[in-house]
Amino acid sequence: MKVALFIPCYVDQFYPQVGIATYQLLHKLGIQAEFPQKQTCCGQPMANSGCEQDAVPVYHHFVDTFQGYDYVVAPAGSCVYHVRKHFNIIEQTPAVQHVREATYDLIDFITTILGVTEIPGVFPHKVGLHLSCHGQRGLHQANESEMTPVRDGHLRRLLKSLDGIELTELDRNDECCGFGGTFCVSEAAISARMGQDRVQDHLRNGTRVLTGGDMSCLMHLEGIVRRQKLPMRVMHAAEILNGTIL
Amino acid sequence: MSHPKRAEVFTRDTERTTWHDETLWFVRQKRDKAVYAVPEFQELRELASQIKTHTLSRLADYLEQFEAQAKANGVHVHWAANAEEHNAIVLDIIRQEKASSIVKSKSMLTEECHLNPYLLRHGVEIVDTDLGERIVQLRQESPSHLVLPAIHLKKEDVGATFFKHLGTAEGEVDPQVLTEAARQHLRARFLTAEVAISGVNFAIAETGSIVVCTNEGNADLAVNLARVHIASMGIEKLIPRLSDLSVFTRLLARSATGQPATTYTSHFSRPAAGKELHIILVDNGRTQQLGRPDFRASLKCIRCGACMNTCPVYRRSGGHSYDFTVPGPIGAILSPNIDMRQHASLPFASTLCGSCTDVCPVKIDIHTQLYKWRQVIAAADEIPASKKWSMRLLSRVLARPGMYELGGKFARVGLRFVPHALTHAPGYNPWAIARELPEPPPQSFREWFKQTNPKP
Repeated sequence: MKVALFIPCYVDQFYPQVGIATYQLLHKLGIQAEFPQKQTCCGQPMANSGCEQDAVPVYHHFVDTFQGYDYVVAPAGSCVYHVRKHFNIIEQTPAVQHVREATYDLIDFITTILGVTEIPGVFPHKVGLHLSCHGQRGLHQANESEMTPVRDGHLRRLLKSLDGIELTELDRNDECCGFGGTFCVSEAAISARMGQDRVQDHLRNGTRVLTGGDMSCLMHLEGIVRRQKLPMRVMHAAEILNGTIL
Repeated sequence: MSHPKRAEVFTRDTERTTWHDETLWFVRQKRDKAVYAVPEFQELRELASQIKTHTLSRLADYLEQFEAQAKANGVHVHWAANAEEHNAIVLDIIRQEKASSIVKSKSMLTEECHLNPYLLRHGVEIVDTDLGERIVQLRQESPSHLVLPAIHLKKEDVGATFFKHLGTAEGEVDPQVLTEAARQHLRARFLTAEVAISGVNFAIAETGSIVVCTNEGNADLAVNLARVHIASMGIEKLIPRLSDLSVFTRLLARSATGQPATTYTSHFSRPAAGKELHIILVDNGRTQQLGRPDFRASLKCIRCGACMNTCPVYRRSGGHSYDFTVPGPIGAILSPNIDMRQHASLPFASTLCGSCTDVCPVKIDIHTQLYKWRQVIAAADEIPASKKWSMRLLSRVLARPGMYELGGKFARVGLRFVPHALTHAPGYNPWAIARELPEPPPQSFREWFKQTNPKP
């Protein structure tokens, strides 16, 4: 199995520890991932701003970078969702089709491709899981409150398999955090307010470690946590899972 | 003014924003409970979506069938290409009737056509009889929500409005007292009304009849007391058969408020003896939207308001921040069809979280349409120039690994050495108004990887 890591641009530059955890976690699960050095970004920032056409060269570059791999794995559901859903505007060559189908979010890859449903390890903390919308509603990684009261999902199960962990029961299990890509600056007031409300829900219900599968939401929430100097640590789920396996 | 500017003003009142958000979230939760209790709810949504898609694909045929049936029932059927024609038809009927007392029950279409100000300009006063609509009418505001027109107001606001207009005691905030005052005030209008105007929730092609769903019963009281009933409807309200209706009545109230059904579901087929029933079929941009393949599904909307109640942006920015008759996510995909330049910021007033699409009872792909409108709006050069050029530059950088690596390094090093007050200056960096920037690490992932895995 030839697996490439896709480390989104903002993770590469600002959260290398998340990329490292992803790489090491896969290694511990028996996957020796490669990191194609010419990779950059999935093009979502331009496309979500309405400039999809400007993103086309970036789409081609992405496909060109990753077409030789069986799987492309990224610790960010939103980027994966973008590749899968929105690379439809370029010509659907076999390479494009392959890359769209082969690109996986890390958690999905671990659970559905590797078939890993439990992680041996201990994490004795009160953990709040932030469900990212593109992973949850876009990639169907978790149940949606619009459909069912049952709170379930891939990452929730993986985390629950850790010994000593206590998951926070939130008042609003799957409300958007308000990051939204360029939304976070073009609608700065609403974005901030949404993030503050999300963080408050965690704080109110006892979260000490705030985690999730998508670093973009976590970057936004961490920015609020640090500004408000709250007693909460923000970690990508890959960091938790990697840290618990020896 | 754009949506972000109006939204920013709304959020300045932190407590009111909290209250608005929690009030609408409460409605969303009521909806959830009602939906969870119906095991076949997702099948109903699919069925409703298919019925609407089918109807829209043969809209002309169904409209003609509806017209023929309605005429056979003794109904006067009018066609209006736009708001002006609609308003002129209404005025004409009122003048023929020589009516001076006119009441209206809830109709978002007449809001869309700006009927009230039009009639006022022609010397005709009209009284809204839905409680929420009457409150906003007295305040000379527009509804801020499809189903809950005065949801932006607290009972204190209503008390002050009624003190000013209906003579209730100053400082009166008891909901029952205020409602009773409105009731007595409206009762007098109902009894004297000569013409009653209503909206339409569903029109049935097979029978030529219309269905009006309300909770207050004001529509029934109004149209049964007045001699003339004018029902205004958008041409997308059509469904083929009477047997299709139950699919929608099961979805509408559950999605809107969490009720199993609206209190009143009234069918109007023909005028009573000595009375008149007029139905006005209004286009006003709908056929144009029907001609847009990416956006035509927006016409499936049954105006339940569920997308507003669930929208985290709407709940924190208020309906008026959209500055369009239909606010919220559905308004953001309907409004650019009417005036793309004026409403250019609305499709961007979303994180594309997709919750709107998931609650929509007729399965409109709202968040996908928001994304697509963004592309159309940017292609028409209606996005800010700063955004356009920064995205173009970003694209150049991201298509070239060397430039990207260098740019990333500059950003990280820059962030480490430029003082915090500068990198976080709110005037230059909207991110930093409420958030810290990530702490720049000394090494990027790719640098770490190169170091750890040196090429042999």
